[in-house]
Amino acid sequence: AAGSSGSDEDELVSYGTALQPLPEGERLKKPVPLQEQTVKDAKGRYQRFHGAFTGGFSAGYFNTVGTKEGWAPSTFVSSRQKRADRTVLGPEDFMDEEDFSEFGIAPKNITTTDDFASKAKDRIKEKARQIAGVVATIPGITAFDDLIGPSKITVGVELLRKMGWKEGQGIGPRVKRKPCRQKPDPAVKVYGCALPPGLSEGSEGEEDEYQPENVTFAPKDIMPVDLIPKENVHGLGYKGLDPSQALFGASGRVHLNLFTGDSEDTSNLIGDLRHSKGRKLGITGQAFGVGALEEEDDDIYATETLSKYDTVLKDEEPGDGFYGWTAPKQYKANKRSEREVKYTGMILDGFLLASKSSTPGKIYPPPPLPRNYRPVHYFRPVVADGNENCYLQKALEESTGKLESNTRQQSRHALNASQRREQLGETGLKVLEYLSEKDRERLKKVKQASEQKMKAKIIPQEPRNSSCQPTSLDDASHKWLKLLGPQLANAGSSDFKPFAKNPEKQKRYEIFVKSLKQGEKDTLEQYLDPNTTEWEREREQEEFFRAAMFYKSSNSALSSRFTRAKYEDDVDKVEVPRDQEKDIDDKETAVKMKMFGKRTRDKFEWHPEKLLCRRFNVPDPYPESSIVGLPKVKRDKYSVFNFLTVPEPATSVTQATNEKVQQSNSLNKPKKPSRWDVSDKEKEKKDSISEFISLARSKADAQQQQPSVPATQGSRTGLSESHPTEAANEDKDQEEESRPSIDLFKAIFTSSSDEKSSSSEEESEEEEQPATSVVDSETTKQVDPPGSSSSNVQDNVVATTDSGVPLLPTSKQELDATEEFGPKLPPAFSSGRFCRLLPFPGPNKKEKQRKNRQKQKTKREHKHKKEKKKKHKKQKNKGKHKNKESEKDSSSDTANSSDSDTDTTGLAAKELLRR
Amino acid sequence: MAFPLPRPTRPELPQRRVRTLECGQGAVRAVRFNVDGNYCLTCGSDKTLKLWNPHKGTALRSYQGHGYEVLDAAGSFDNSHLCSCGADKTVALWDVATGQVLRKYRGHAGKVNCVQFNEEATIIVSGSIDSTVRCWDCRSRRPDPVQLLDEAKDGVSSVKLSNQEILSGSVDGHVRRYDLRAGQLYCDYVGSPITCVCFSKDGQCTLAASLDSTLRLLDKDTGELLGEYKGHRSTTYRLDCVLSEQDTHVGCASEDGQVYFWDLVEGSLARSLPVGRGVVQSLSFHPTLPCLLAATEGQVQLWHKESFQEQ
Repeated sequence: AAGSSGSDEDELVSYGTALQPLPEGERLKKPVPLQEQTVKDAKGRYQRFHGAFTGGFSAGYFNTVGTKEGWAPSTFVSSRQKRADRTVLGPEDFMDEEDFSEFGIAPKNITTTDDFASKAKDRIKEKARQIAGVVATIPGITAFDDLIGPSKITVGVELLRKMGWKEGQGIGPRVKRKPCRQKPDPAVKVYGCALPPGLSEGSEGEEDEYQPENVTFAPKDIMPVDLIPKENVHGLGYKGLDPSQALFGASGRVHLNLFTGDSEDTSNLIGDLRHSKGRKLGITGQAFGVGALEEEDDDIYATETLSKYDTVLKDEEPGDGFYGWTAPKQYKANKRSEREVKYTGMILDGFLLASKSSTPGKIYPPPPLPRNYRPVHYFRPVVADGNENCYLQKALEESTGKLESNTRQQSRHALNASQRREQLGETGLKVLEYLSEKDRERLKKVKQASEQKMKAKIIPQEPRNSSCQPTSLDDASHKWLKLLGPQLANAGSSDFKPFAKNPEKQKRYEIFVKSLKQGEKDTLEQYLDPNTTEWEREREQEEFFRAAMFYKSSNSALSSRFTRAKYEDDVDKVEVPRDQEKDIDDKETAVKMKMFGKRTRDKFEWHPEKLLCRRFNVPDPYPESSIVGLPKVKRDKYSVFNFLTVPEPATSVTQATNEKVQQSNSLNKPKKPSRWDVSDKEKEKKDSISEFISLARSKADAQQQQPSVPATQGSRTGLSESHPTEAANEDKDQEEESRPSIDLFKAIFTSSSDEKSSSSEEESEEEEQPATSVVDSETTKQVDPPGSSSSNVQDNVVATTDSGVPLLPTSKQELDATEEFGPKLPPAFSSGRFCRLLPFPGPNKKEKQRKNRQKQKTKREHKHKKEKKKKHKKQKNKGKHKNKESEKDSSSDTANSSDSDTDTTGLAAKELLRR
Repeated sequence: MAFPLPRPTRPELPQRRVRTLECGQGAVRAVRFNVDGNYCLTCGSDKTLKLWNPHKGTALRSYQGHGYEVLDAAGSFDNSHLCSCGADKTVALWDVATGQVLRKYRGHAGKVNCVQFNEEATIIVSGSIDSTVRCWDCRSRRPDPVQLLDEAKDGVSSVKLSNQEILSGSVDGHVRRYDLRAGQLYCDYVGSPITCVCFSKDGQCTLAASLDSTLRLLDKDTGELLGEYKGHRSTTYRLDCVLSEQDTHVGCASEDGQVYFWDLVEGSLARSLPVGRGVVQSLSFHPTLPCLLAATEGQVQLWHKESFQEQ
């Protein structure tokens, strides 16, 4: 087996070199991992591959300089003994050997440059050339570039030659030349211009008569004329960007151009874009610093020199390519077509310059300026005819240089009828004068009769009748006088000029106010413009009244609610909300039918303030609007609708005026009934009270002249016309209305008039009881007994004790009176029967004041409360008259609780006092 | 794996009086829980505003600075500020810790009935009997309101805010809802002077109490009537109404000294709490618990559910 095996081995043919037999006990070498594989150059230095292009730079020894020892400077050579041969160091001195190698940055060995290498290598350039060929005016002219080919014959040419092709021949199978002298087919129509005879088919070339039959010729070397349809939308002759120049920059624009002159626009024959004049550096070859994705770095050393730029302004030379090139061409001396084309620019092929110019359009001269024209614009200010403006106006007029004597020159429309008539010189005729005598008489009679009738109707029920429209001036003034009689005191003061725009009117208004103040009713009509119609006068009078009233109201308590626009009276428009609310009656019926929803809902556009939106973190719903709140529209002030909705000028305005004025004004003002005023039960109750009170007061009136007699329902029922102060107090809230004043009780229950009102508080509080008990007996379900207003009562009392003056109305009371609208606050004590059980742990101030007066009070109380069975213990504890009052009418079982309550609140009060 | 939701418990109403605070500040005009319900504010007729822990019954602080009765108060979301308003026509912004008045907003022409913070306490909205609602800026020092809402024809008795709406109830019988995001004003007529308005917690409904002794639940979007609640007495005073913490019940104070609760859906009277003999002026419902504060006369009562255990 061994022998056979050996013979087998001999027979075998072995290829390659056998592996070294593995030494015993030695392990297989691990393959060197990739990161540890190194390449060394000839000198044993590591080559690195991490560079960008040619394997990277090995900057010295392991990225140090030079050698293993590091950078060693060239040894110093003293120039004294031995002149160091000055060597100019070039860049090469700092380069490594690899840089001079074939792939270095400055290869020393000779290689074919691109210019002479096969053109196919340069794809970009080739493409550019192709494009240029296509776009060129003479298509295919780029083919001439190929005539001067590279010295190296390309493979294709070599192959062609080997196939028998010779230069100058066409490519293709050899053909027989036929005497194809065909006449043009007469059937074929030729459109357009006939070709010049020289260009017709087959005319080119040598026309040999001798044409042997069996001789074939090589096909003619025809440049295929590619007829390129115009596919773009450029103008004729427009070329767009020249790709070769655009791609290779301006440096490649001129070097060698075989086709100077006419064919200047053709692309460069050689296309040697590399060798430019600007290249001055000695090193040729590739340089670093070119992006990795670029194929070649063409001309990075190109320098911009001034010589490339025009230094002289000269006309655009025609013929340097068509307009549209970005890069300017170097101008050649081509003066051929320069002469005419200064202004029109390049002439396109096939166009001629017109021989005679068209006639120019007629030129119209500008209009001549006026002689005194000053080329400065001045603004004519708009000056209103106000008093305060007259100086300004004058100054402005002086400054503008036109001093007019008649500054009051008004437009025709600003005049009223009488002024116009004066200007026209007419004498006025009233309407009545146009009528006949008889008619006038009749009219007068009718008028008088009606007036009397009206007076008879109005006067007896004056207080209520305010809704009836004034039928004559007399009535109107009468009515108005009543309404604003007392307010006239300052109505006509000088600073208020509602009709300042119309001085005449303002004058009339002032006279009117003056006469009103003097109480001359009859003169009311004198002030009015006698030339106007009756209706106008009436209206004016009403206006004046209203103005007087308006002025009054402006300094009243409500002034904060109304902003007074300056001279608003003369503006004929008023702002009203754009969207009208639905009719309230309709809504009420809907509510009654419980049909909530659409019928009870109003929807308005509402513009929130921008800041509010920002604070709520909400985008502004109307970012571009400047309105805030509900949008408003302007309406005519005197439109019919506004007249319809202005029923009572007196109501709301006068209601809010201060009370002093009202107190002297005894006339009844129509008070707008607030819905808070009455529930039916209360009405009923009040009637009873008022009856009682008016009875009682009729007694009291004889002695009491104090103005603070409480308002009662009497004013409504007509019972109380006698007293002048009711109207004053009418505005006070219901609680006060329902409660008789101290004076009343004093009048009834005390005989001595020497008592001060301050001391009468006890009595008043106690004597209240009979009144309320009457009420209680009548209405059991009553909510708001008179006693419930105890806090107000106390206020009053305190006020009087403070001042010590018998006059009751103090500022505080007024404040209460003016403020009490809307739902009331629950009393500090519970209302109803039980309310008096609980002592009032009231404000500190009151308590202190009461304490001060305590002794006095108790004394008097002793005197007065003899008949009362309750003791004075509580008074000592609290000094509160309220306690007695409460205990007086409370039942025995509630007395205990009231005691305990008193204790606790007493503590609280002490606590308060301690503070 | 999701845990099963806890079994929904039957909503409970406050039934048991747990504590009574004697406030010692005159009549308590309003009582208000703070934002998390741990504290409360009482507005006294003696010009003071007091901060309490109602669950322990301790008075924490008294704020003095108003010139007349304090009528309403509210706390900011972070409990750092208070706002209050009063019959002295002013609105005040307080610092809780120092007790100082940071700002005082004057501008209302009458006493200020109600006041509210917005969500970030940057705006105070106040309603007054001068029939205006004014929005005051807390950030800047401008003395005039940011915006004046003067659409009401009569005094404004109640104002509530959601995060984008201002709800105001007015004595002219209208509930006005100013939607800032939509830029619309919705105006619902109820017919009777409104004493209190509320948003429901889900923001879909508004509750309006009016002086015809009726509470009405209105749909916010359409203004339709969803429910009507009667049985209490409210004819004269400005009384509060509340919604329970889960919107299950509607509550209202009454002039007969009771607090009434109705089932929101059925409209049936669910419970009445005998608070006192006087008028119950003000109510405040705890934001998360069935817990109610009721103010009557000079005291405030804390009501809890029946099963409430005091720690």
